[in-house]
Amino acid sequence: MSAMANPFPQTSAAWSLPDRGKVAMAGLIIAESAIFTIFVVAYLFYVGKSLTGPTPREVLETPIFYSICLLSSSLTIHFAAKSLARDRVGAFLGLWALTIVLGGTFMYGTAQEWHRLIYEHGLTISTNLFGTTYYSLVGLHAFHVTAGLLMLLIVAIFALVGRVGVRQSRRVEVLSMYWHFVDVVWVVVFTVVYVLGR
Amino acid sequence: MRQTKSSNFFTAGKLLVLACLLTASAAASEPGNGTNIFAPASTPAKMVAHLSVFVLAITGIIFLVVFTLLAYSVIKFRARGRDANREPAQVYGSTQIELAWTIIPILIVVVLFLATARVLHAVQDAPQPPGAIEVTAIGHQYWWEFRYPKLGVVTANELHIPVSDPANPNPTFLTLLSADTDHSFWIPELAGKTDLIPNHPNRMWMDPQRTGIFLGQCAQYCGVQHAKMLLRISVDSPEDFAAWVRGQQQPAVQDATVAAGRRVFESNACMNCHAVGATPANGRFGPDLTHLMSRVTIASGAAANTPENLRLWIQDPNAIKPGSLMPAMKLSDSDLDAVVSYMETLR
Amino acid sequence: MSSNAITIPGVQIDEKPWVDTLHEWVTTVDHKRLGVLYILYALLFLVVAGGEALIIRIQLMFPHNQFVSPQVFNRLFTMHGTTMVFFMGMPILFGFANYLVPLMIGARDMAFPRLNAFSFWLSALGGFLLYFSLVGANGLYGAGNAPNVGWWAYAPLTARAFSPGHSTDYWTLALLVSGFGSIGTAINIITTILCMRCPGMKLNRMPLLAWLNLVMAGMVLLAVSPLTAAQMMLLIDRYLGGHFFDTQAGGSAVLWMHFFWIFGHPEVYILIIPCFAFMSEIIPVFSRKPIFGYPVMVAATVSIGFVSMSVWAHHMFTVGMNSYANSFFTITTMAVGVPTGIKIFNWLGTMWGGRIQFKTPMLFSIAFLFQFLIAGLTGVMLASAAFASQLSLSYFVVAHFHYTLVGGVIVAVFAAIYYWYPKITGSMLNETLGKWHFWLFLIGFHLTFDLMHIPGLLGMPRRIYTYEPGRGWDTLNLLISIGAFIQAIAILLFVANLLISYFKGAKAGNDPWDAWTLEWSTSSPPPTYNFASIPVVASRRPLWDLKHPEDPDSQYE
Repeated sequence: MSAMANPFPQTSAAWSLPDRGKVAMAGLIIAESAIFTIFVVAYLFYVGKSLTGPTPREVLETPIFYSICLLSSSLTIHFAAKSLARDRVGAFLGLWALTIVLGGTFMYGTAQEWHRLIYEHGLTISTNLFGTTYYSLVGLHAFHVTAGLLMLLIVAIFALVGRVGVRQSRRVEVLSMYWHFVDVVWVVVFTVVYVLGR
Repeated sequence: MRQTKSSNFFTAGKLLVLACLLTASAAASEPGNGTNIFAPASTPAKMVAHLSVFVLAITGIIFLVVFTLLAYSVIKFRARGRDANREPAQVYGSTQIELAWTIIPILIVVVLFLATARVLHAVQDAPQPPGAIEVTAIGHQYWWEFRYPKLGVVTANELHIPVSDPANPNPTFLTLLSADTDHSFWIPELAGKTDLIPNHPNRMWMDPQRTGIFLGQCAQYCGVQHAKMLLRISVDSPEDFAAWVRGQQQPAVQDATVAAGRRVFESNACMNCHAVGATPANGRFGPDLTHLMSRVTIASGAAANTPENLRLWIQDPNAIKPGSLMPAMKLSDSDLDAVVSYMETLR
Repeated sequence: MSSNAITIPGVQIDEKPWVDTLHEWVTTVDHKRLGVLYILYALLFLVVAGGEALIIRIQLMFPHNQFVSPQVFNRLFTMHGTTMVFFMGMPILFGFANYLVPLMIGARDMAFPRLNAFSFWLSALGGFLLYFSLVGANGLYGAGNAPNVGWWAYAPLTARAFSPGHSTDYWTLALLVSGFGSIGTAINIITTILCMRCPGMKLNRMPLLAWLNLVMAGMVLLAVSPLTAAQMMLLIDRYLGGHFFDTQAGGSAVLWMHFFWIFGHPEVYILIIPCFAFMSEIIPVFSRKPIFGYPVMVAATVSIGFVSMSVWAHHMFTVGMNSYANSFFTITTMAVGVPTGIKIFNWLGTMWGGRIQFKTPMLFSIAFLFQFLIAGLTGVMLASAAFASQLSLSYFVVAHFHYTLVGGVIVAVFAAIYYWYPKITGSMLNETLGKWHFWLFLIGFHLTFDLMHIPGLLGMPRRIYTYEPGRGWDTLNLLISIGAFIQAIAILLFVANLLISYFKGAKAGNDPWDAWTLEWSTSSPPPTYNFASIPVVASRRPLWDLKHPEDPDSQYE
């Protein structure tokens, strides 16, 4: 059978399949969720089991403000992506920048909290089971926020030099899926650490 | 107990399996002390063996049926010369057949599960009767510590427990702990194995119904000398057991003729790891040596308990059990002889 | 032998310098080349880990043998298990998925070719890291040494206190790195299958190989990630003073077991499901019938995917879980046997009424059915927690899982290689050598692994560098070891066949087996772009429709 001839019948029926970027990001989110689940399970398993050292009740302060920042950034990125899809690049850039600022504020809050925990309460990852599980879980999330912020910054830089327009809106949407995932994980972490775990 | 039809079946089945196994290992070595899961001598092992025969029978039937179908189709439906260019009927499936071969396996699963659950509860949730012998087993890299808290006995590697009469059971209940890594206590003819895991106490029991020696070993990889963490259980008659306990409860023999050896023992690091009752030596890192000579083996079964082996062991444990955590004590020959003589008095 | 070359008669084409060929292969993003790289990589590690097994078997030939020291033995079984699972099993199956999935769904490449290459090289790095431990691990005794904690690396044996030096860290990092590669490949496979099928190929018209690789890839996402998490925790314990598995600080050794086996059990289904895919493609072709019960095969596989995520603690029946937990895992483990058994019946149903051709791929497939049946039944025995209290941690388990992994996975891989080698290289493998390979391997396999069940029943635990005489284990171990050498000879014949046939094998043509899926419609080897124009399909067996226009499958679907 010659490689040139097409042996198959032609069809004019419409054939549409899901978007590659979204499916791949969904797959990544599933895998990452599994990783986070294991850290959450470890956290919950060890609640109340530390043999020594500060307990959550003694040292944790619920980060309401910073959580609001992070969760609002989901809204801003959602509207940013929508704006880009409608080719309103100015609005997109503003909302995108706001997303980065909100995410950055959250990271600042985490840094502040950790500074307080380490220097005022002597809680480190090696202090006790609470320290190990707390820093691992919150740290893993913070790492994912950082990675997300880096990607958002890269897109911002490209946008500032005029390279981001409506034709990139699909990719921006895929990236915003990741950002939403990071926020959903924070809802879970927040509930487990600051609500259930105390 | 009345011999019911089903227990006849189980006995026959067990004998068949046992016969197969013994035949299979016939060309092997001399019939030594057994570690055969189909020669159970205690209730947990017997219940498991019973269940095992049942499971084997069902899986055996499944195997015969499916294998026959496979063999038949391979023979009957092979391509023959004359139909080289004809394709057979292109059958895509059959709902009825597929339903049948879904439902039957589900039923088999339910039956096997119920049989298993019954044995699990009977073995794992058995209440401890008053008067049961209590032993605390602590796993170490690469030896077993045994304590009888109610009897005030501490020993190592070789366990003595009394025989249990089915009419008037006298089981032994073990609490399983670990001082370092994970281990597993396995005496196949007395019970299924249970792990010893640090910070996770476990519990098991056995009621051996005949006297004799029962062998086993650690079954969970615990480090370099996992293979030589052997177990030896002596199931004694009630009188022998009582005599053994009395012997173990005695303080260490004080024999003035081996004072030199005792001095070597107590002035070297020996006493940091080992304990000898009623002496300053009270280390717990290594086996209790108070009644070392009441044991048949040393180094958790790695060598027979003879003066030559003992001397070699103390001189260089790696010669007998490479990777053992006991360091070579680098004693001079005269010190070595003295301390061996001292050990020899610890009956 | 470049697949891109167009032969123009009368024109002299210079031989390409070998560095250019090497560069092409190292920088390739073509799914076919990456597939071949994965497969060759895995075959290399098959030989390495097989050598490790042979040394283990020599040591175990006689009681109190001193062929290797206990330290070396413990490293050998750790490396053997780790290598076979992660650097032989996973890569070879990813390799076949990479090669075949785009071709079978009528696509030109995977969804993300560069991610594909990146994932391969990550996996390769993982294998390299594991073996670099021999040089770099710098344990307590000075020289480098390989990990010796067993391939499950139970806590607290892996704590700094019990495993000083870096050998355990090489184990951890090797798997962490290759785990990322696995996740990347899984995302690629899923996206390719969902987003790049050719027109007309609805999900229920996909070849079963595509379906089963889709399920496998989904399981990789859910199963490899827990291992990744557990390894991060282990590294935190070893280097940042964490206490995840530190029993002295109140941590739990059992928690590591749960996390590991939440990965470990689905992992073995990840290894066997692509083999089911091979069987589902090969058995129909050599029985000359379509697969029996395509929809149920899909449903059974999907349910295996789900149920297998709920059975993990059957690896922990001896750790002292309560009787309710043990009962739960008994029933789920037995339940997963039902869809698995159904598949065996469906393959039988495919052969039934067919005209079976005993070419080498089919010989290995029949052996697979026989062996997987037995392995499944010993699995049912192990599923019963009570029976397992005796069988666990003994050579019975070692026999069971080698039955599934060697008698199942490796035999299926042999079948796949004999079946698709013509497509990949353009040459047929030698049938005579193939039959020698088959029969020798079968004899060696059964001598080793049938007998191996018995020492387990007679009380022989696993992972012991030597054993006591007089327990009935001696002759059996000797015979088992002899069987291992017979298998080794068979594999040498196989490697010889691969090499000789590459240069001297008969030309395959597009479709040497008269098969029915899309990869057989293009040349052998396929051009870089796979198909001149993207196919359009109307049934599950597009080539059957073309060859039998009077009776196409599309009428019946």
